[in-house]
Amino acid sequence: MKSTSVLEKKQNMMPRNFIKVSLLLIILLGLCILASLVFGSRMIGWTDLLNGLFHSEAQSHEANVIRQRVVRTIFCLLCGAALGVSGALMQSVTRNPIADPSILGVNTGASLFVVCGIAFLNISSANQYIWLAIAGAFITAIFVFGIGSMGRGGATPLKLVLAGAATSAILSSLVVAIMIPRTNVMDQFRFWQVGSVGSGSWDAITLFIPFIVVGLLIALITAPALNAMALGDDVATGLGVRTGTVRIVAALGGVLLCGAATALAGPIGFIGLLATHIVRLVIGPDLRYIIPMSALSGAIILTFSDVIGRLLGSPSELEVGIVTAFIGAPILILITMKAKMRAI
Amino acid sequence: MMNETMKMIKTSRVKRKRRFIMMTFLMAIISLVLCGLMLMLGNTIYPVQDVIKVLLGEQVKGATFAVNTIRFPRMVAGLFAGFAFGAGGYIFQTMLRNPLANPNVIGITTGSSAAAVFCIIVLNASNAVVSIAAVMGGLATAIFIYLLAKGTSFSIGRLILIGIGIQAMLTAFINYLMLIGDTHDIPAAMRWLSGSLNGAKLANLYPLILIVCICTPILMYFAKRLEMLELGEQAATSLGVNTNQTRVILIITSVLMIALATAATGPIAFISFLAGPIAKKLVGVGFSGLIPAGLIGVILVLAADLIGQFAFETRYPVGVITGIIGAPYLIYLLIRINRKGDL
Repeated sequence: MKSTSVLEKKQNMMPRNFIKVSLLLIILLGLCILASLVFGSRMIGWTDLLNGLFHSEAQSHEANVIRQRVVRTIFCLLCGAALGVSGALMQSVTRNPIADPSILGVNTGASLFVVCGIAFLNISSANQYIWLAIAGAFITAIFVFGIGSMGRGGATPLKLVLAGAATSAILSSLVVAIMIPRTNVMDQFRFWQVGSVGSGSWDAITLFIPFIVVGLLIALITAPALNAMALGDDVATGLGVRTGTVRIVAALGGVLLCGAATALAGPIGFIGLLATHIVRLVIGPDLRYIIPMSALSGAIILTFSDVIGRLLGSPSELEVGIVTAFIGAPILILITMKAKMRAI
Repeated sequence: MMNETMKMIKTSRVKRKRRFIMMTFLMAIISLVLCGLMLMLGNTIYPVQDVIKVLLGEQVKGATFAVNTIRFPRMVAGLFAGFAFGAGGYIFQTMLRNPLANPNVIGITTGSSAAAVFCIIVLNASNAVVSIAAVMGGLATAIFIYLLAKGTSFSIGRLILIGIGIQAMLTAFINYLMLIGDTHDIPAAMRWLSGSLNGAKLANLYPLILIVCICTPILMYFAKRLEMLELGEQAATSLGVNTNQTRVILIITSVLMIALATAATGPIAFISFLAGPIAKKLVGVGFSGLIPAGLIGVILVLAADLIGQFAFETRYPVGVITGIIGAPYLIYLLIRINRKGDL
């Protein structure tokens, strides 16, 4: 009896540095938001910033720029949070440290469906993209995971990555094949593909919010069960977890989040990988804390990358997906180099 | 009893040898037929005798221009690039003892592409410079990945994962270059994303032709040692093979071939991956699959280019076709490897 209560206590304990870490992340987030508002191809001074934010009647050029950047920043934060949580969910469902929507080819699946929608169904609004992208992401995720988990040892990182890379290669060939004969589709798709968070608008944000809410709820609800499953399916079943259901629901949540983000912002890679990894290093493996922290750090990383992209690409901008690939790929390599042979 | 067994082994060896020669011969014939088709087919179809006349230097109205300036360079590009991709891919796959460890998957072709696109868009460089840059890019990527993977202890799995990471960065770099590039440079650079034989010019193909002619004998000479490497590091060492030296020479020669092929046609998807396994399946084990793999590469590239040109209303570049044809095979192979648990 006593031992169970100790166990319970230990389980419910907050990671020791949780409060410190969350404070730090919130400060970083604030700095990123500020940077995202101030920096760009045109620097904005303090007075203009305050004017643009709080005096809705101010009509100066700077004030308008600020209002644009507010939308962009909010959109960026939401995308980053969604991708971060999606990464945390996928890594935990696949029990694989390098599961990320871009590595698993899920982004390309979403791309293919969006292209098909544009080419064959004459779809042109984000409302419709979003469902297609989610469907594409989901089907691809199941396919890749199915292939990657065959055989001995289940879904090892190497198998999953290869299955993802192969599937990506196929899907992008199909995307090109559909696009080449249709120049109008190519134009439309190019804008989506370049997408970046610059395409954010209030409409996109309102469309996005329900998905984020549902995805986050799923993540938080399944977190305790996923924690148990980290100990192995047998143990989890013994603890009364329905492993199959939890896995499907959590995967659905992950795909929902990354599919929606991909539909609205275009393919952005590595956020989930980066965010979750850093967070796990700092606060340990408890998903109940990892999920909110991944959301925070995903938002920070994406906003930061976007600012970097705007500064480097000035006077135009460097799409954020390019920046995240440059930050994220070395991390992937580092993880691989550190991993033990058997783990690969 | 003993004699009988010996005899059986001998006959089966002879049989296998016969099969190897037959198959290789057959592949060569098919390659030749496809080469012929490449010259005959087009907007206007010229009969065989016209094509032969043109090739012998006679003037045939209409045919001379079409064959000499458009179809012949296209055919040569497909022929040599296909061979280079096929043979180079085979070397990689055999050396690393894993069909998935081919230049396409581990990012070497992407390294070539990135260097070439950089030269086209940023430096506005000439074709010769682009070729050299593609080679340097491919080699640098190969060495970099190898060094990173070597780290504590070498493992193929790690090599592949690192390669995929590097590839992600290089692809991002290419995307960036495409964004900052002038609009009129984009079509030239687009080729670097999916391979194409369009607009091949004989003048640009000489480096590739030269390298294929030089490297193939070298690879054939080392193919024997490659088979020993296939037995595993220790076995090869005890058979007297200097494994490191052999590996370095093989990597450099095959990367040279693949990089120059990439420089000439862009990264034609999946050829370096498909050719090896198909060739091995056809010619059986026990013989070097180098030449058969090269021939299969030629067949795949030329056939896919013909399909891309004529099977549909729009003309597709060869890379798109090979991507779609190669994909199911890749998936099949992945499933089989996973089932066997080789990875």
